[in-house]
Formats: sequence, C-alpha cells, structure tokens
Amino acid sequence: MSVAENQATAGRGSARATAILSSIGRFLVIAITTYLGLLAVTFFIGRVIPIDPVLAVLGDRAPTAVVERTRREMGLDLPLIEQFYIYVKNALNGDFGTSVLTTNPVMTDIRRAFPATIELATLGTLIGAIIGVPLGVLAAVRRGSLIDQVARIIGLIGYSVPVFWLGLLGLVLFYAKLRWVAFPARLDVVYEYTFTPITGFYLLDAAMQGQWDVFYDAFRHIVLPASLLGYLSLAYISRMTRSFMLNELGQEYIVAARAKGLSETRIIWGHALRNAAVPMVTVIALSYANLLEGSVLTETVFSWPGIGLYITNSLQNADMNAVLGGTIAIGSVFIAINLLSDLLYRLLDPRTKAG
Amino acid sequence: MSGKTSTLLEVEDLRVNFPTRIGQVQAVRGVSFSLGRERLGIVGESGSGKSQTGRAIMGLTPPQAQVTARTLAFDGIDLLAAPARERRALRGKRIAMILQDPKYSLDPVMSIGRQIVETLRTHEKVGKAEARDRALAMLEAVQIRDPSRVFDLHPHEVSGGMGQRAMIAMMLIAGPEMMIADEPTSALDVTVQLDVLGILDRLVSERGMGLIFISHDLRLVSSFCDRVIVMYAGKVVEQLKASELRDAQHPYTRGLLNCMPRIGFERHPLPVLDRKPEWAV
Amino acid sequence: MSTEAIQSRRDWLLSERPASRMQARLGRAYVAWRRFSANRLAFVGLLIILALLVVAAFADVLAPYSPTIGDLKNARLLAPSAAHWFGTDDLGRDIYSRIIYGSRWTLYVVILVAIIAAPVGLLVGTVAGYAGGWTDAILMRITDIFLAFPKLVLALAFVAALGPGIENAVLAIAITSWPPYARIARAETLTVRNSDYIKAVQLMGASPFRIVLRHIMPLCISSLIIRVTLDMAGIILTAAGLGFLGLGAQPPLPEWGTMIASGRRFILDQWWVAGAPGFAILIVSLGFNLLGDGLRDALDPRSGDQ
Repeated sequence: MSVAENQATAGRGSARATAILSSIGRFLVIAITTYLGLLAVTFFIGRVIPIDPVLAVLGDRAPTAVVERTRREMGLDLPLIEQFYIYVKNALNGDFGTSVLTTNPVMTDIRRAFPATIELATLGTLIGAIIGVPLGVLAAVRRGSLIDQVARIIGLIGYSVPVFWLGLLGLVLFYAKLRWVAFPARLDVVYEYTFTPITGFYLLDAAMQGQWDVFYDAFRHIVLPASLLGYLSLAYISRMTRSFMLNELGQEYIVAARAKGLSETRIIWGHALRNAAVPMVTVIALSYANLLEGSVLTETVFSWPGIGLYITNSLQNADMNAVLGGTIAIGSVFIAINLLSDLLYRLLDPRTKAG
Repeated sequence: MSGKTSTLLEVEDLRVNFPTRIGQVQAVRGVSFSLGRERLGIVGESGSGKSQTGRAIMGLTPPQAQVTARTLAFDGIDLLAAPARERRALRGKRIAMILQDPKYSLDPVMSIGRQIVETLRTHEKVGKAEARDRALAMLEAVQIRDPSRVFDLHPHEVSGGMGQRAMIAMMLIAGPEMMIADEPTSALDVTVQLDVLGILDRLVSERGMGLIFISHDLRLVSSFCDRVIVMYAGKVVEQLKASELRDAQHPYTRGLLNCMPRIGFERHPLPVLDRKPEWAV
Repeated sequence: MSTEAIQSRRDWLLSERPASRMQARLGRAYVAWRRFSANRLAFVGLLIILALLVVAAFADVLAPYSPTIGDLKNARLLAPSAAHWFGTDDLGRDIYSRIIYGSRWTLYVVILVAIIAAPVGLLVGTVAGYAGGWTDAILMRITDIFLAFPKLVLALAFVAALGPGIENAVLAIAITSWPPYARIARAETLTVRNSDYIKAVQLMGASPFRIVLRHIMPLCISSLIIRVTLDMAGIILTAAGLGFLGLGAQPPLPEWGTMIASGRRFILDQWWVAGAPGFAILIVSLGFNLLGDGLRDALDPRSGDQ
C-alpha cells in the first residue's frame, strides 16, 4: 500500500469521528425537539382546543368550588406560554395529573398498564419477524412464483383489513366455536388473585416462578391478540424484506459471489440477506412502534389491560388527563423507537462504523 | 488428455438472446474462438456483446437469457450440458472472473479477509487457521503491504486500487486455470490502473493461466494481450494477433484505431467512429 | 380501420423520438396505461373503486330498505336470507342497505381528508423547498415531528378534545396525514427549484407567490396523487377505527366502523351484524391498495419491483 493511501485512510478516520459526533448532536436535537413537539401538541389538545379545560378534566357535574380550585391548580390564570412551561416541567417529572376515572395519578396507571402492552407488541413483532423475513426472502428469490403471489396477497390483506374486525372474527372462531383460546383478558380470574407478577410481563414472570399452569393460562390468553398483531407486522415485514432482497440480489457483488462458486443458499442467506439486514432493523423497529399504536384497537377488542385499553376507557369517560398521559406515553416510546432504530442502523452498517 | 492442454476453452457459434416485450434482443450472435494458456483480448464498444460473452462462459447470464452454442467446452467439459452443480463447482475453482468496479463487486458488509477465505473454503476442505494464512499470502501476492490489517477491513475502507487487488486475490485463491477479466481497470484511477494490470500480468504468467481480457480500450488490450478479438453488434468482426493490429483490415477496427490520439499529430477534424449497418449483418 | 393503421399509431405513440411535446406526453401515458392494465390486480382495484363510486351514487336506487328505519317488531337480528342478504341488526334494519349507504360515508371521509391534507402538505412542502434556509428548516422540523407521532393515537386525542363526530374525525385524520405530502412536495420542489425555466420566470419579474403557485405546485401533483391513493386505505381504516371506538360517526349513521362497534355485542351469536361491514371495509381498502400499487408501478417504473 502506498503512503498516500495510508494517509487517506487516516484522514478518513478523523473525518469519521467528526461525522459521528455531529450525528450524535443531530440525534439529540431531533430527540429533544420531537419530544417538545409531542408535548406542545398534547398541551394544545388539552388546554387550547377545549373551551373550558377544567370542564374537560372534571366533567360538568363538579361543584363550583372544586372547579375554581382546579382552575388555579392547573394554572389556567397564567399566560399560555407560562402554562406550557409548567406543563413541560411536570411532564418531564412524570406528572400528568390525576385520572378522574381511577383517582390515581395518571403516571401510576400508565406504569401498571404498560408492561401488558409491551408484552403483547413484543410477541407480535417476534411472530411477524420470524415468519415475515423468510417469507419475504422466498418471495424475492422466487419472484413471480406461486409463493410470491401468496405472500403478496397475504401482505395486501394485512394492509387492508380492519384489525378490530379481524380480532372479533378470531374471537368468534377460536374462542366461541373452537374453544382453542381463552376469553378476552390477561389471565383467568382464578389466577388474577393468586399470581404476583414481578416484571409485569406475565409469560416471563410465570416462567421465572416456575408456575407453569399460570404460564399456560397466560399463553392461552395472549396467543390470539399476539397472532393478530403478528399478522399485521408480518404483512409489513415480508413486503419490505422482499423489496430489500430484490434490491440486493440485483447488485454486482451477487454476481461476484456466483463467480466464486458459492451455492445459492449461501448467496441468498449469507450475502444478500446480510446486506438487507441493515435496513431491515429499521423496518422491524418501525413495525414494533406501529404495533404499540395498533394495540389501542386490539386491546379494546381483547379486553387486554394495557395502555391502549386505558386510553379508550378514559375516552369513554372524558378523562382528559388520562387520555393525554397515555398519548404521551405511547408517543414517547414511539419516538424513542424511531430514533433508536435510526441510531442502530448507523451502528450496524459497517460503512458508517468507526474502525 | 495431453491434446487438451493447448486448448482450455472452445467456443463455437455462441449466442445469447434476451426475450423482451418488443421481441428478441440478440446480445451475442454467433461468436467463435478458442483459448489456450494465453491472453486473449475482447474489444468492442458498450453494447457490443463482449461482457455477455464473458458471462455466458461463466454461466452468469440473467435467468431470462437464452444461451446456445454449437460448442461451449472448458477442458473438454461441455458447459451447456453440464448440470448446474458441476458448473458451480467449476466457478471460482477452475474458472474465475474479475468484475469492473470493486466498489460494487465486493460485499459491503463482509470483511475483505472473510470474502477471500470464503472462496477457498467453498472449494477446498481447509481449516480456519490455514485458510487465513493462505488468504494473507494471497493478499501479499497481490502486493498489499499490510495483509493482516487489510484482512479485517471492509471494502468501503480501502481505495479502489486496493479493492481491485483484493478482488483479484479473492478470485485467484483457489488456483483457477482460466480467468475472465471484465474491464478490470476501467473504474480505477489512471495511476493505479498500471499497478493492477502489472499484478494481473505477473500472476497470470506465473501460474500459466488462460486470460480473457474484456475491454473497450484497444490500446490497453493490444499492449497487454497476445491475441485480440474485435466485436461489433454481438459479432466478431476481426480476430488478429496483437502485434499485427496496425495491419487490421476491417474498417471498424481501423476506426477504433484512428480514434486513438497520437502525440505530434494534428487532430482536426476529430475522427468519429463509423458504424455501418452492414457490419452488423 | 386496417391493422396497419393501428400498428402505425402504436409506433407513433411508442416513438423514441417524439416530434412534439404532445406526442411525448401521449406516448408516456400510453406506456403507463399498458403497464397498468397488464397488472391484473391493479385492474381489479380500479374496478372495486369504480363499483364503490357507482354504489355511492345510486345508493337510493340500489338499497332495498331504509338505512336508518328498521322493523323493530318483526325483523330484529335476522340471519342472512333472500329478503335480507346480509341479515338485519338489533334495530331491525337491513344490513345490506346500510352498507350501501355507508359507502357514501366512506367516500365522504376519504375525499374530505384528501382535499384538506393534500393541499396543506403541498403548500408546506413547496414553500419550504422554494424558500430554503430557515423557513425550510423550521417547516421541515415541524413536519418531521408530526411524522414521528403515532397517527391513530394522536387522532384519538384530537377527537377526544374536539368531541366525537364524523367531521371531527375527518379533521383529526387530516391533521395527522399531511406530513408525508409535505415531504414529497418539498423533494419535487428541490429538483426544479434551480432549473433554468424557473430562473426565466424569476427574470420576468414573477413574484415568489406566483412561481410557487403556477410553476412549482403543478409539477408536484402527480406524485402526490399516487401517494394519496396509497394512503386512502389507511385513512379508511383509521376512520373505521375511530368509528369503532365511538369517536367517529355517531349512530344511526350507517358508517361501517360504527356498525361494527354496534354489532360487537352480538358477535358470538349474530356474527353477520359486525361481519358484513368489516368485509366491506376490507374490500374497499384492498381496492385502494391495489389501485395505488398499480399506479405507482405504472408511473414510476423504478419502484416496479418494490
């Protein structure tokens, strides 16, 4: 190697360090402004749109004294910008006010409900990725074949079906008719009182405590909603995998790999998929974020006591603090996953890795 | 098989067709030549079918392409009749190919060393440590100074010249007898081109390999190869020794020759390549 | 007409050297149409959407019963039969008729969202792209912030504040769906912004307002239409979801999502009450998805494989 080439590599190294610093800086700016934006929007929804925010929080049956006190407590006599400042400060401290419906601080309710949602969305994404990635790969490799057509139709229906309706049909078939799965809830009533969760992820908790009857019961409850979410995520993941794989299979390095005499299996799974895996991480993360959102409807159908059900229950009761708290909770995780997937992409791609 | 040693590759009436919406596109239309342990240059402008000829020999034409030939034999093996498995075993082991641009032809997410080792371990039962040693030796053979460092680098971390040397190492490690180099230096800086050509030249003669050198650059080919085939519109229009290039008969070859600038000659008006439809018939 | 004449007209359309801009345009449209109609699934999508339009237009003629007044006495929760193809609901209303009328509400939502969100996105994107600098930075940051939000949850929160109802649902969905249009419009604007013909218009003294409105916006329309078509299914599903949660259209409006919500109580025994409207949603969103895919493949050959 020539001296000039050595210097060029060294120069690229320091340039890369600067690039990484600036991308971390950019990342922080984006994270902060996006989160402030989320708070601004929920502030706008909670304080500006309603003609009387106190009424929106308390309902119209509250006595005048309580209304006056709440008005002062909410700081509604202050200028709007100052109200927003207090709002942001409280939100950063995890204070989203009190839920009228449960009389708990909204944050307490959210803490209780969140593991249920995470458990459901995680399982759904796992199902989606485990089936969706191989399906997408096969569809790309056998482009135009029967399996490609089937994958395409499965994907299109997944994009087009109302998830709550499919959930209802699933309940009719697998719960009412076939009795394969348990009724809509997280656990049978018997276990609700005897089982003490540790992490809040019931499958994990039951396995850790060796209570396999509880594990089986929890599984019978989660399998249908998780498969449903898994299907939605499969539709998205398989379609994106196919498109990434087609892109990779058309590259020159695939021709080179064939010229080396590698087997098709090795070329597809060892080279093409490895390259597609970099953008796939983003796709799977996005699909996870979408499932968190999709949980609002799914949890309602399956009486799954997660954050989605919490939001919809609060909605029916005009419990604005709870609705906005839940929105911020899901929004924050959604934003975090979006940003993290972007960061992960940079880490996984050797072209941007420091080395 | 002593008679076969002089001829490695026999090509007779090779045709490559692509069916499209508007009918058949004939990329290669009846090409014939043979190759011994020598350097054969294939020259032509883009679209002349020279690259598809190379890919057809490798068996790397796109799936929709139809390849036919009266003879397409490597060391007595009928390539078109050979099962896919046998052809695959030949690729990389006995026939190798170097592509144009290392930026695209090396896997971007795999380290250079692993890509070289991969070729070796596909064709030979070799342990990990031995494979690594042989890959390092191969990197040294293509004149990379610090093989153990380059071994762990990813393709984007090296220059084009070094990438192409790594490509050569990757393709030569299993010891092929024949090599197709498809525009191996066209994507490189002019200063690096000669280095890479020198390495290729030395390795090919040291190992007594047959080389098909595909290029659009007539001067490069004539200085580098023993024999030259000139292709136009999917056909061979002229076949001659590199040393006799000045006596080329065909007007297309003469046109290509005239396009090359020479020091001390007036270039007004600038010669334009003549393309007559009857040559393509 | 002789086959020769047809052949020559085809050649004229497919000519590699069009003599006029008109010929080039017609040729491109012809190629796009050929590609579109060769895609059978896209064609099915087009048929579904045309059928939706016809059904919505002639709902009065097509529906055998009233969508809102049922026969409480004799026709409650009847199973599908010759008289009631999709059965009847708990108020004795014919579900088939309600679905036919419901198509109007689906179109209402989709069209309203499109004509609110697309122009907003177009305006934000073209202004950001043309102005550049700080305007661009701020507008795009806002766009990105909205893009990073969970759409359905945000729409829920908006409707919660605005109050339930189909108009508010439309507004909420529109608020959450403009950002992608802004990004597309900005990207298109950036590609033409520095072109000579824009410079020529500037030299002639056109105001930035006029340039954006008359010379940049028209160029963004076609890619925007593809994107809007692809988003239609998502809009329908979100609207239905809001309806299902009781936040969209209110009973007795025959909106499909709302119908599923009211059929939910009988799902175990009278599955058709919730089953039929869900199927209608599935078919219509499928239609939009197929159509959008086909349009994209036909108009943008590069993404044909994706």
